[in-house]
Amino acid sequence: MSSSNGGYYLPQPSHWPIVGSIGMFLLLGGFGIFLGGGSAIGMYLGAVVLIIMLFGWFGTVINESVSGKYNDQVDMSFRWSMGWFIFSEVMFFAAFFGALFYARMWAVPWLGGAGNNVMTNELLWSGFDAAWPTNGPGEVGGPFEIMGAWGIPAINTLILLTSGVTLTWSHWGLKKNDRTQMILGLMATVALGVLFLGLQAYEYIHAYQDLNLKLTSGMYGSTFFLLTGFHGLHVTLGATMLLIILLRSMKGHFSEHNHFAFEAVAWYWHFVDVVWLGLFVFVYWLI
Amino acid sequence: MSTATTHDDHHHGAPSGIMRWITTTNHKDIGTLYLWFAFINLLIGGAMAMVIRAELFQPGMQVVDPNFFNMMTTMHGLIMIFGAVMPGFVGLANWQIPMMIGAPDMALPRMNNWSFWILPFAAIMLIAPMFTGGAFLDGQGPAFGWTMYAPLSLQYDKLSFFIFAVHMLGFSSIMGAINIIATILNMRAPGMTLMKMPLFVWTWFITAFLLIAVMPVLAGAVTMLLTDKYFGTSFFAAAGGGDPVMFQHVFWFFGHPEVYIMILPAFGVVSQIIPTFARKPLFGYSSMVYATASIAFLSFIVWAHHMFTVGMPVAGELYFMYATVMIAVPTAVKVFNWMATMWRGSMTFETPMLWAIAFVFLFSLGGFTGLMMGIAPADMQYHDTYFIVAHFHYVLVTGAVFSIIAAVYYWLPKWTGHMVNETHGKIHFWWSTISVNVLFFPQHFIGLAGMPRRIPDYSVQFADWNMVSSIGGFAFGLAQVYFLFVLIKTIKGGEKATDQVWEGAEGLEWTIPSPAPYHTFETAPTVK
Repeated sequence: MSSSNGGYYLPQPSHWPIVGSIGMFLLLGGFGIFLGGGSAIGMYLGAVVLIIMLFGWFGTVINESVSGKYNDQVDMSFRWSMGWFIFSEVMFFAAFFGALFYARMWAVPWLGGAGNNVMTNELLWSGFDAAWPTNGPGEVGGPFEIMGAWGIPAINTLILLTSGVTLTWSHWGLKKNDRTQMILGLMATVALGVLFLGLQAYEYIHAYQDLNLKLTSGMYGSTFFLLTGFHGLHVTLGATMLLIILLRSMKGHFSEHNHFAFEAVAWYWHFVDVVWLGLFVFVYWLI
Repeated sequence: MSTATTHDDHHHGAPSGIMRWITTTNHKDIGTLYLWFAFINLLIGGAMAMVIRAELFQPGMQVVDPNFFNMMTTMHGLIMIFGAVMPGFVGLANWQIPMMIGAPDMALPRMNNWSFWILPFAAIMLIAPMFTGGAFLDGQGPAFGWTMYAPLSLQYDKLSFFIFAVHMLGFSSIMGAINIIATILNMRAPGMTLMKMPLFVWTWFITAFLLIAVMPVLAGAVTMLLTDKYFGTSFFAAAGGGDPVMFQHVFWFFGHPEVYIMILPAFGVVSQIIPTFARKPLFGYSSMVYATASIAFLSFIVWAHHMFTVGMPVAGELYFMYATVMIAVPTAVKVFNWMATMWRGSMTFETPMLWAIAFVFLFSLGGFTGLMMGIAPADMQYHDTYFIVAHFHYVLVTGAVFSIIAAVYYWLPKWTGHMVNETHGKIHFWWSTISVNVLFFPQHFIGLAGMPRRIPDYSVQFADWNMVSSIGGFAFGLAQVYFLFVLIKTIKGGEKATDQVWEGAEGLEWTIPSPAPYHTFETAPTVK
């Protein structure tokens, strides 16, 4: 039973959090063992436990939602939480953008002798001419070519922007109770997300095979792959969530008034979109 | 008004025994878990401090080898920050925020459980490497300082576990902070407008924003360490165009707000206690709110004052110096407000009030040394000496920790239904307050005389004050074992507490029975 706390739904004790903690511990501890040269079995086990937890926990939430246990106040708690969760994600990317800007504005010019660092350049890195992009005065990773902005990255920008439009169109469909429009819009969005990821994978292969641009290619390679890589992970996560929303839509889970999960995923998708615009401008374009 | 129904404490079918604590979704249970977790970590981190003070009792090497000493300073810092102070404040938030705003529980009770239950696993991940590698004394725990600066930390061969422990701690903090924000924004009783919220709620609200803004940045910083160590990136390697100093910038962008994360809730606690025992409303309530928000804002734009000696352009030094000193303004607003609250009040000095007054006095002292170090040219001399150790222990021990202890004494009767034995409380207070000053005050002197921090041996000229400091340290450590005795005694029995507990106490939490029933404010009270 659940207490009727002035209408605010308070869940019963739950075992899912502790399952999540164990899963997270196995996944990360196992990854640590793997990085130390050991077996990867703990890591896989942890991933399985975490996936079971996600299905179990979200399954519980969906059942509670569908059976009408939540009211507007609960809905508002979810909204605040999702909003501030996305803000925390923004700050995670800010750390990597910060690293990129710091390197471009300060670290690399100083290695080249800017400011009062003439002797740093003379004595330590004589002959290093600071210019972005760079793999540093040690030419870490060997000579490489840069990733141009107006090929795949520009196409990917168009794809993501279009996916934002299709998602909004789908949301309009939901709000006027046009299920076909909602489902078609979601399908198109998921498809565009997958297409984006495919092109991104192709771009990585191209970088490694043809440009000698690698994760190990100094500061340019580090920032390029970490920023685009974490963005790609978030697109994967977003596309997975959209897929689940699509399946739930097909099961008829959402109504024009009660569809917070749809909106939360839509917010997340737009956030991923905006991060990409930052990447396109500062990682690909303005170099 | 309050219709706190004395519900049956047990739901039918709810798990009992250990499973009750593992699966609980009740904010009071989770608050208790957080507080005990914090206390256990206080004792573990404290034991490490005892090792440090034992080694520094005399010049020369006598108790531990240098690497083990470094491991102690590193783990002491991390355990006290992430294991004791932060969970301590979250525990207080869990217990108090719903009761103070008239909510039935936290906004997202299951996530609340997860925020806590990640912590023990993160602690294991952090501590376990200490027990690997043969004998205990040559354990391979992290020994690069809690600030984990690259490139030193990159030489540690079990870095991955350390990094993942930090990721887990951050995950827990972010979820906890999101929950607190959702609770405060969405669960207030009718009539509890923002500017009527108790100050403890306000300071935690602002702290939660700080947490959400900076914990992800720490996650980013350690992720860069991970890829530099294991995947060949060059973030902190000059040869590849990176910069080790960049680590310090990213770290302190997290690290400076982090110190306010550990002190803003303390301001809140003290702002609850002083009006109660001065029997006057808090002086300058709205200025307290604005001062807290100003401090939070400034905390984001002063980080490089931790790095004055690292090599920055002069313009950077000047900017960070001026911005830093500006923090004195809102902080002084708070200190003056506390004093004005006490001015001409009908003061009584029960145990919580003693701790709160000691907080105001000793935290201000730590604040003043902070101002000294905010001056860039002066800081060149203080940097990495025992002066800074004295400074941040005044703000963190006699600041943050004292406020947590004050809060426990203040709210313990509400939690347990028993009054604390005043004699025991006062013994604990005077024992702690005298010994903590014996412990940290001489560190100002040895620091100004030039003794470096994080070094297990020292020149004989520092011997006298180090011995005094160590004696104070052992006494202070023992005082916290006494605190455990006081806690257990109060939980087990004692004079029955009334609903209001303290004569001058005001606020929703004092309208419900003591001990607080398992579920409170299931029907929201109306605040006039």
